Amino acid sequence: MKRALIPFAIFIIMVGFLFKGLFLNPREVPSPLVGKPAPAFSLPRLDQAEKTFAPKDMLGQVWLFNVWASWCGACRDEHPILVALAKSGLVPVVGMDYKDTPLDAKQWLDERGNPYLLSAVDADGRVGIDYGVYGVPETYVIDKAGVIAYKQIGPVTVEALRNDILPLVKRLQAQ
Amino acid sequence: MRKLSLSGLVLAMALLLSVPAWAHEAQPLQSDVAVEAQVQRLSSQLRCLVCQNQTLADSHAELAQDLLQEIREMASRGMADQEIIDYLVARYGDFVRYKPPLNKTTSLLWLGPFALLIAGGLGLLVMLRRRQSMAPEAPLSAAEARKVSELLK
Repeated sequence: MKRALIPFAIFIIMVGFLFKGLFLNPREVPSPLVGKPAPAFSLPRLDQAEKTFAPKDMLGQVWLFNVWASWCGACRDEHPILVALAKSGLVPVVGMDYKDTPLDAKQWLDERGNPYLLSAVDADGRVGIDYGVYGVPETYVIDKAGVIAYKQIGPVTVEALRNDILPLVKRLQAQ
Repeated sequence: MRKLSLSGLVLAMALLLSVPAWAHEAQPLQSDVAVEAQVQRLSSQLRCLVCQNQTLADSHAELAQDLLQEIREMASRGMADQEIIDYLVARYGDFVRYKPPLNKTTSLLWLGPFALLIAGGLGLLVMLRRRQSMAPEAPLSAAEARKVSELLK
């Protein structure tokens, strides 16, 4: 009788793994960039195309780097959260407008509010490749030394902010 | 008729004129073929991160097209397959490779089937041993043998 329970036990263990699998998100691929310096770039700014932005401009502060686009549906969901975050003044958010047209991007920000300190324009998506961007929106937490501490794939949610991003930002700011 | 032969002559001359042009273009075409072959080879080993069960070669996602372009440029700069794969792994992680490398996180994936095979083999061995050591069944008694042969008639 006991022996007959062994296949059943194996079955239950498999069910356990499969059940857990139901709640994993296969789109969240862990980024190899976490713990590495944010890749350098120099891109024109959305508001003033003659000026450029480089990540080293932010050295010495903890900041969020949010990749967005006016064509991106999920960006619409996270945008009010970013606007509220910007208002709170807890952490500066730099945007990167990914494979977008400046006109659409500007109109998008005019309509929805601009939470960004500034937005860099990555028109051809080259810098996106350096950051391993594969699904906009994506958000990076970058520390005072310019090292990527965290990557949020998909929209920033209130839960992600409260549970992961803001505690991490506070810890990094205290360093 | 005369007009026709004239146009034929013009055509022949045009063809003759274009021969040196072909000779010049042959060189870059050669290397293009090599680059294209490399792009083909790599893109069938790399995963599209947008539509995750497709290779870069199969995918029509915009990111896949961008990555193909990036790979093509690296290939035409003469970078080796491994260098290009390393470049992409540094940005997107081991997940971009269809054949994951053997390391700490993938060891279960690589060794698991063999572990299961060995465990199953050992289990089978134990079971066979146990069966062997069981007492052999008692031979049939004369009455039982008679009954069997009657039933089989």
